[in-house]
Amino acid sequence: MTFLTVVTALGGGILIGLAAAILLFFNNRNAGISGIAAGLIKPWQQDSHWRLAFIIGLVISAPLWRLLVGDISIQINTPLSVLAIAGLLVGYGVQLGGGCTSGHGICGNARLSPRSIVATLTFMITAGITVYIVRHVF
Amino acid sequence: MNLNISAFASGLTFGLGLIVSQMINPVKVLSFLDVLGNWDLSLALVMAGALLTLGFLQWLIQKSAKHSHSAIAMKHATPKKNDSKLIIGSSLFGIGWGLSGLCPGPALMGLSSGLFGSYVFIATMLIGFLLFNRLHHKP
Repeated sequence: MTFLTVVTALGGGILIGLAAAILLFFNNRNAGISGIAAGLIKPWQQDSHWRLAFIIGLVISAPLWRLLVGDISIQINTPLSVLAIAGLLVGYGVQLGGGCTSGHGICGNARLSPRSIVATLTFMITAGITVYIVRHVF
Repeated sequence: MNLNISAFASGLTFGLGLIVSQMINPVKVLSFLDVLGNWDLSLALVMAGALLTLGFLQWLIQKSAKHSHSAIAMKHATPKKNDSKLIIGSSLFGIGWGLSGLCPGPALMGLSSGLFGSYVFIATMLIGFLLFNRLHHKP
């Protein structure tokens, strides 16, 4: 790990923490991305507006970066069939578990919520085991 | 401030954070999760940066308790009993995350990056949302 990687990792993390604080301060909401997105598949209501605004901001950040700063490296090496299964597991799992890496991993843990700490440890462990099996067993 | 503008600003900042930290890249995420491989602990540093920043700002907001939002999102965080759902749901999410290196934020950002894999992932993720609504919110 280079010094630059340490700086960009910490710097990016600070931006993410700032983003969550903005939503908490002005909207009184947790920046749990799965929850924000899942709220949009329900019938349209007053509450849907800020959710859509958040998702638009998130999605637009990448093309904006490419326009103003430069290239972004994104590699997806997973076969499409596996991606399809992964998406299903993530979609159902985050709803059942009540949050993802942002909702539990950042917002919940920053509040020291015991449920979020348990959730984070759980998905970190199962993700680690999954990667181990995929990369080192097969 | 207009709630849509602040939500947009939050989403945009979140996205920039994922880009700067390279957590938008599934390969980078997977190299964190691969503890016994060539381990890259970037993701832990990203979380540390985010948690310290949010924790500090949250403390500041609560300290100036005159602010009308002082009850800070606690109402959205009322502890729900049912720990088996928490464990099972988080386990399934972890398996999907480990298979792909994608969680909802970076996956959504992949939509504006023209990656077909992101579209497939988001499509089945939405099916997962709908499946959950079907199974757990009976009308």
